Order: sequence, then C-alpha cells, then structure tokens
Amino acid sequence: MAPISRGFRGRRSNADPTRLPPGQYLTRDFPVLSAGPTPHTPLDEWSFLISGAVDGPVSWTWQELLELPAETPMADIHCVTKWSKFDTTWKGVSVDTLLAAVGTDAKYVSAWCDGGYTTNLPLDDMTGGRAWIAYEFGGKPLAPEHGGPARLLVPHLYFWKSAKWVRGLELLDHDQPGFWERYGYHNYGDPWKEQRYQGD
Amino acid sequence: MPQAPVVWRLATVRQLIDETPRARTLVLDVPDWPGHTAGQHVDVRLTADDGYQTERSFSIASAPERATVALTVERIDGGEVSPYLTEELRVGDTLELRGPFTSYFVWRTEDGGPLLLVAGGSGLVPLMAMLRHRAANSSTVEARLLLSARSLDDSLYRDELAELTADGLVTHVTFTREPPPDWRGFARRIDAEMLRTVWPSPHQRPRIYVCGPTAFVERAAELLVQLGHPPGAIRTERFGPSG
Repeated sequence: MAPISRGFRGRRSNADPTRLPPGQYLTRDFPVLSAGPTPHTPLDEWSFLISGAVDGPVSWTWQELLELPAETPMADIHCVTKWSKFDTTWKGVSVDTLLAAVGTDAKYVSAWCDGGYTTNLPLDDMTGGRAWIAYEFGGKPLAPEHGGPARLLVPHLYFWKSAKWVRGLELLDHDQPGFWERYGYHNYGDPWKEQRYQGD
Repeated sequence: MPQAPVVWRLATVRQLIDETPRARTLVLDVPDWPGHTAGQHVDVRLTADDGYQTERSFSIASAPERATVALTVERIDGGEVSPYLTEELRVGDTLELRGPFTSYFVWRTEDGGPLLLVAGGSGLVPLMAMLRHRAANSSTVEARLLLSARSLDDSLYRDELAELTADGLVTHVTFTREPPPDWRGFARRIDAEMLRTVWPSPHQRPRIYVCGPTAFVERAAELLVQLGHPPGAIRTERFGPSG
C-alpha cells in the first residue's frame, strides 16, 4: 500500500476505469509531445515508402494514399506524459492495406518521419486492424503540430509510438530501438502494463 | 538493454519557496537519489486515503550538484495535482517520486555551447536546471536566455537570474501582457528580430533548448528554423495544461 499523501483528496474523473490505464488521467485537450521543430513538407513532395526486408519497396504519393480505401477508426489514446483522451476519431489507411502491396517475412518495423524521428514496433502490432496512417483527426485534416499531413496511429500502445509526420515503414528482421526508445522510454510501451520508461 | 525498473522513492518536503503568486518550488529530500542531468524530469504520485492515486510529470529545477531535488510547480486553476502541491503541501509532508527520466532534453557543461535557451513562462524550469548546473561548475560556456513571460508576476527566479547573469550568460526577458513600469526591454511576443538580438546566430552553431506551452514552442522553433538554425540543433519540450 502506497503511503497516503496528507490532505490529498484527488478529483476522481467519472471516466470508465476499465478504459483508463494505470497512472493516466482523462483530458479533453490534445497536448503535444515532440522533440524538435514541426516539419512542413509540401504535399507534392510527400510520399510514403515501405522498404527494408520486403520483396521490393513500394511507395505512394499523397494523392495515391488518399485514393486507397480509407477507414475511420475511433480510439482511446494514452500519452506517456499521463494524459488519456477517449473516443478520438480519425481517418486514414489501415497498415494492413499498405502491407498487402509487399511480401515480407519481417518481424519488426521502424517507422521513420520527417524531422528524423523514428519509433520501433513489432510487425504483429501493426497488423490485424490495429494500426493506420491517419490524415484526418476529428473530421479535419491533421494539423501539423499533431503530426500532419499524416501520422502513424497505433492506439493500443503509448502515443509516442503513433509517430507524427510519418513518411515510411522500414521492415526489419530484428528490433531496432527508435528515438524515444533510445532516450529513455520503454521499448514496447503497453499503457495497461504502465511500460513508460526503460526497465518498467 | 535490459534494465531494472526505476523505483518509487518517498521524498520529504524540506522547504517550500513561493516563486510567484502562482508557482512554488518544492525542495525535496529524496533517499538514495541516483542523481540527474539538467533538463530531466520526475514522475510524482499522490495517494488519497481511500487508495485513489494519480501521477504527473515535473521538470527538475535544481542543479545535479545539489543534495536536494527541487521541483517548481505552477498552479493550474481547477487542476487536480498542482493546486495540492502549491497550496496544501507543507514542510515535512511526503510524496512519492520516481526518476530521473529521459536523456534527450538535457545539457551537461561538457556538451559545450554556445547555449541558447528559450523559455515560455514556467518552461524556464528545466532550463534553469541547466543554468544552475553551469554556474555550479563555474562554466564559462557562452549562454543566452530568452524568457517570455506574461508579467513580472509570471517570471520565475528573477533575483537568482540577475545574480547568474555574468560569466558569459546574458538574460533577455520579454513581457507579453503587462510589462513593469519603466520597462525598457522587449514587450511583445517572441519574433525573429528578438531572436537575432539575443544571439547566437546560426553561424555560431548554438545548442538550442526551447521549453514552454505548445503554441509558444511551435512559434519559437519555427522562427529559429526560419533564421537558419538546423532543425536538428533545436531540442524542444512542450507542455499543455496538465492539471
């Protein structure tokens, strides 16, 4: 039993406790965690590339991405900095749809982004309708500070894994820690196991 | 690399310092504190008497050279944790603390400079840890601080910054809402001309740290990129309302 904080009452949210992972609080805001300046890549220079351990790399222009079948996932998101936000609505392309264009035996993915950011995930976490390349949030084009024009959306992991300004997936046969994973955050990042930092 | 989990430690409040009408510094004794690097943060966990718990992250304000760990907390009206820490907490109280965490937004004297620190409001806290670290080591690394504050009441560590401003540190303050009477310095939102005045230029290849509310950091980082600083030289830490 943790020691009582004298005089602390807390403001229990009426959030459904089965939806709020340990140590998280519910917010209506949409705070931002970024390590550097927000990049601005013109859409006519934008492309999305799947490369690495694949039969052959495949890329899509912005227009080609928009022409792929879109999905509109609704998800609860959980940031490692402690806020959670329920019922966020997105539009984007399922990673399953993109991966259907390549053949691979890879087990891991390194997602890479404008600005040099990377994050790593097991390929299994990117498939089965659990990951998207999202380009709309709340019915509007995704704002640059929130990762626009497109970000990865993997809501079952802490939100730093949902890399902003994503430009490609490099498929790998080995795990390769990404940016925050090298600077102290957990390698996998399951909010329900409170895997915030290395060692958790 | 496998690593043991960072444990929760029971910190004791040794001293409370009212920095501004809205911000208070908690000086904590932390048993077996492993030491930190300027710029890092800790997680704080509070427990109510019925077992309800909540956690928040706070930047460390103190230099690694100090035996105690200082956090400066700004009160968010209607927040859950910051009103407790700034109004209810007393000397001798305890709270659980875990850290220090993450090693990107950090600076050590041996990293060198010149250093350009850009702070919006209480975004000054982790940058102050860097300046205190610099002073504790009598470092002469060239350093420039640009602090954007709404008013005098919103500007942290004023007296200490005045004392630190020597040995290659120059501090600039801009008051965006309510400049003090007779104020001759900047009195507007951060802009390119201001950053050019503050120096260092991109030619000097400064290490840049920007911390503050999201909108402030977006603007400052964008201006710095437009001035020609390489995006990779600009480290940012943004915070939103976090209660």
